[in-house]
Amino acid sequence: MKKKKLTLRQKESLTGFLFALPAIVGTVLFFLLPFVLNFAKSFLKGRRFVFLDNYIDVLGNEVFAMSAWNTLRFLLAAVPLILLLSFGAALLLHRGMRASAFFRTVFVFPMVLPVCSVILFFDILFADAGAMNGLFTALGLPVVQWLDSGWAFWVLVLLYIWKNIGYDIVLFLAALNSITKVFYEAADIEGASGWDKMRYVTLPMIRPHLVFLVVISVVNGFKAFREAYILCGDYPHESIYMLQHYINNNFQNLNYQKLAVGTIVIFLMILAMVLLIFLGKWRKEGGK
Amino acid sequence: MKKRKRSWGKLLGQLALILCAVAALFPVLFMVTHSFFSGSEITESYGALSGSGEMRFHLIPDRATLESWAEVFLLSPSYLMKFWSSMLLALGTVAGQVIVSAVSGYGFAKFRFPLRRVLYFTVVILMMMPVQVLMVSQYPVLQKLGLLGSYWALIIPGAFGAFGIFLITQVYSYIPDELLEAAKIDGASHLQILLRIVVPCSKMGIASLVVLSFIDNWNLVEQPIVFLKNTWQYPLSVFLSQINESRLDVAFVCGVLAILPTALLYLFMKDALVSGIENASLK
Repeated sequence: MKKKKLTLRQKESLTGFLFALPAIVGTVLFFLLPFVLNFAKSFLKGRRFVFLDNYIDVLGNEVFAMSAWNTLRFLLAAVPLILLLSFGAALLLHRGMRASAFFRTVFVFPMVLPVCSVILFFDILFADAGAMNGLFTALGLPVVQWLDSGWAFWVLVLLYIWKNIGYDIVLFLAALNSITKVFYEAADIEGASGWDKMRYVTLPMIRPHLVFLVVISVVNGFKAFREAYILCGDYPHESIYMLQHYINNNFQNLNYQKLAVGTIVIFLMILAMVLLIFLGKWRKEGGK
Repeated sequence: MKKRKRSWGKLLGQLALILCAVAALFPVLFMVTHSFFSGSEITESYGALSGSGEMRFHLIPDRATLESWAEVFLLSPSYLMKFWSSMLLALGTVAGQVIVSAVSGYGFAKFRFPLRRVLYFTVVILMMMPVQVLMVSQYPVLQKLGLLGSYWALIIPGAFGAFGIFLITQVYSYIPDELLEAAKIDGASHLQILLRIVVPCSKMGIASLVVLSFIDNWNLVEQPIVFLKNTWQYPLSVFLSQINESRLDVAFVCGVLAILPTALLYLFMKDALVSGIENASLK
């Protein structure tokens, strides 16, 4: 009796595996295996095993260090900023404004737009002889090289926020909507002020959602490379020379070792982040 | 007094929202009105970009014309060809992704098998990886498979994209197990359960995958440059990202062409898109 039940369960799990098989085969063939080969390559020089030599080379490389620092700096500036702004916007939209559905629709729209379709606009806005500088001249302010000075960094932050804020607003609104009204009613009875309610109800209830918001904002932050690339090409101003520029340019020079190491470094950054959420999630599920 | 201060704050907030909304929409408005500029007005207004002339930034054309539209639609077929290549690429990838994830999501969401958690975790990691990281690894494999240089190099890996598998697995996991148990007792096979119960219950989720994945694949830039060999194969997105100042008139029209499909999709399916973003969060 017991034995039969076990085989039934085995049959179930085999069925499940078969359903998942297309995804597993595709993932292994096109993503996992290539990545493992890439990882192996990072320890080779030609056909010789050199262990960490490539890593030492690359990590000591000035351009690599600059690009890694820039990526980090960008994320450290852009992610808190977008979280703050989208939280503020979500709070405003959440408070039962009549037009809030309209505003949400509008704020998500830039995310839907192909960047390349509007890049001309940003070109015209930020070019040396562009519209921003035209405005500055008219106001009697000095002309700024928006894309070819330290300002490029902030232009990129702005583009990132413009494009991705809708995503974060949607997630914050979902989080705010998941808070039961009872908490606020109880707080009202206790005579809590608006600030008390924010501090003791809203913020604690939002915290579990915050982890994913940070992660997705970082992931979207990595995608800001595309904006930098389309706007400024392979070699932008050094303040926005990202890890992906480094990878891209070494790809064109067919420098596979440097390439492999660069990708592994990004991979490790993301792995650490995802592990952080999953550990929390698995602990909650109790190792189901 | 206190009340009054509050309403000032509210007004300020609303003003900020309106300003941001204008900023969000402005680039599109700019592209659309400029597609009706005449070639000479564009040269005269934005000649400064190519080093000569002045910059005269204005939204409304002095004289609206369909010149540039006629150029794109009637005179040079290459632009419309790019539009169709983009369409082919995006739709092909989306179709593949929907099929793969609709089937495999069932396995991940409703069964327990060894390594399931590890595999699912891998999918999540892959989903978050920047494209460059994946591309670099994929290149030699695609070369071995002889796919480089054809659209298959973009469509096939795209069809197995981690995001689709992840999203659909999340969506399926919300379907109550009792429903499936009941069907099983009635003698339905797993395939029947998938096609008659799970998929119909997940219409919204699948719709959101279609929208989100279409947007993503309509906007490919990095992969086509690396995986395709000839410039004529490039989709509209790559063409637009490499356009130079000499053909601004055509570029505005092509920009609007690139906006149209995603904008329409969004207008008609914005609820699906929003629910997709909500479902794709790890809670």
